[in-house]
Amino acid sequence: MSTTVDPNQVAVDEHPVSPFLRMDRIPHIWCPTCGIGTVVKCFATALDETGVDLDKTSIVSGIGCTGRVAGYMKLDAFHTTHGRAIPFATGLKLGRPELLVTVFSGDGDLVGIGGNHFIHAARRNMDLMIILVNNFIYGMTGGQNAPTTPLKARSSTMPFGNFERPFNLPHLAASCGATYVARWTCLHIRRLTKSFKEAIRRKGFRFIEVIAPCSTLYARLNKLGTGFNLMQFYHDNAEIRPDADTRDVDIEFQDNIICGKFVDEERPTFTEMMNEHYQQKLGDKYVPLPPEGGLLHE
Amino acid sequence: MKYWRKPLDFDQVKIPRGEVRIIADRCKGCGFCVEYCPKDVLVLSEEFNRKGYHPPKVVKHGECVNCNLCAMICPDFAIYSVPLEEEASSDQQSAVSSQQSVEEQGTDR
Ligand SMILES: Cc1ncc(C[n+]2csc(CCOP(=O)(O)OP(=O)(O)O)c2C)c(N)n1
Ligand code: SF4
Ligand code: SF4
Ligand code: SF4
Ligand SMILES: [Mg+2]
Repeated sequence: MSTTVDPNQVAVDEHPVSPFLRMDRIPHIWCPTCGIGTVVKCFATALDETGVDLDKTSIVSGIGCTGRVAGYMKLDAFHTTHGRAIPFATGLKLGRPELLVTVFSGDGDLVGIGGNHFIHAARRNMDLMIILVNNFIYGMTGGQNAPTTPLKARSSTMPFGNFERPFNLPHLAASCGATYVARWTCLHIRRLTKSFKEAIRRKGFRFIEVIAPCSTLYARLNKLGTGFNLMQFYHDNAEIRPDADTRDVDIEFQDNIICGKFVDEERPTFTEMMNEHYQQKLGDKYVPLPPEGGLLHE
Repeated sequence: MKYWRKPLDFDQVKIPRGEVRIIADRCKGCGFCVEYCPKDVLVLSEEFNRKGYHPPKVVKHGECVNCNLCAMICPDFAIYSVPLEEEASSDQQSAVSSQQSVEEQGTDR
């Protein structure tokens, strides 16, 4: 069998995403029709179009298929232990306030084992941009039930269908205090990229949920075809309703997916609150970290 | 967006032209690019790449409008388009219908 295009004909590093990826690690491990790669492409495009300084941008992931993203992006990256992306990112942001700190991880990682960190970072309006790829399942470990698995959907630990109520993530984030909350599917490439761009430019706890196909576990266990069929499902069933009350954006098994930017407001971040408070209490005795990272640089 | 009005500068609008680049051996044959290309430029080929997947191939030569949708949606970074510098095409209608089909297909949501 021959190849359709001689790979030498195409200069692979000319691909527009190349400057943002560690090309020596590509092809990536994600399955055919997995949606994670599309989310990465949208994120890279947002970095490109906002023109942020890549030397001042960092990415933190936990464990999981989505957690691999930190290893593929050509940014300062840290691949933490399972669930601990947000605490690591919090430390990074407090120690190096000038950095744009992004967290890119899965549903199981960020709101399962890492759920506690998630709610407190949102409550404190910690200056982090969180990208959560929600494939409704623990992909990497074999399709176990996640706190996002819709009622009635099957997983490898719920072979007769899930009977646990899942999280409504935009509502969880908003009610804990997130100041930017959006949800898209990975079919919404333009809107998702636009949300990434907005979030990159904003401060505070910014949360973007991206519904994406896991073909190998979620689609297969639920007999939904492949990620290709799930993309078509998003096409037919995603409803854009930016004015929706986050209380109403629950996801039912194979039902409408309400998408949009639900929250976009300004509130002082953790660092701003801290600096203001200590300046008030301690006056000149208090020296906040300068933007260059302060003590770390001495 | 359901309504597409004819822009006033319709006659002067240049239709972008592009050329698709496919990195065949990186493709995993998901078919996203084929399905969502607004101009139906691509099909999955019968042939296999080195990993045993069917990469896309161009069937409508000269129809690519360089919208880069294929590059955005490809989860494997295996396809992109580059602009072709060209005379303004006489085929004005095609840009309009292409835009329309992007909107209809909802890929621009
Ligand atoms: C402390 C700990 N517990 C459990 C695991 C096993 N584990 C690895 S990935 C994962 C789930 C990942 O799910 P998710 O975050 O949704 O990522 P996905 O693979 O779906 O992208 C689990 C439970 C682990 N690595 N460490
Ligand atoms: S197991 Fe699921 S989430 Fe993981 S790479 Fe495969 S399709 Fe993607
Ligand atoms: S750039 Fe647009 S028109 Fe050209 S092949 Fe890709 S999706 Fe189709
Ligand atoms: S979207 Fe990418 S991986 Fe999927 S068929 Fe097209 S080129 Fe191949
Ligand atoms: Mg998951």
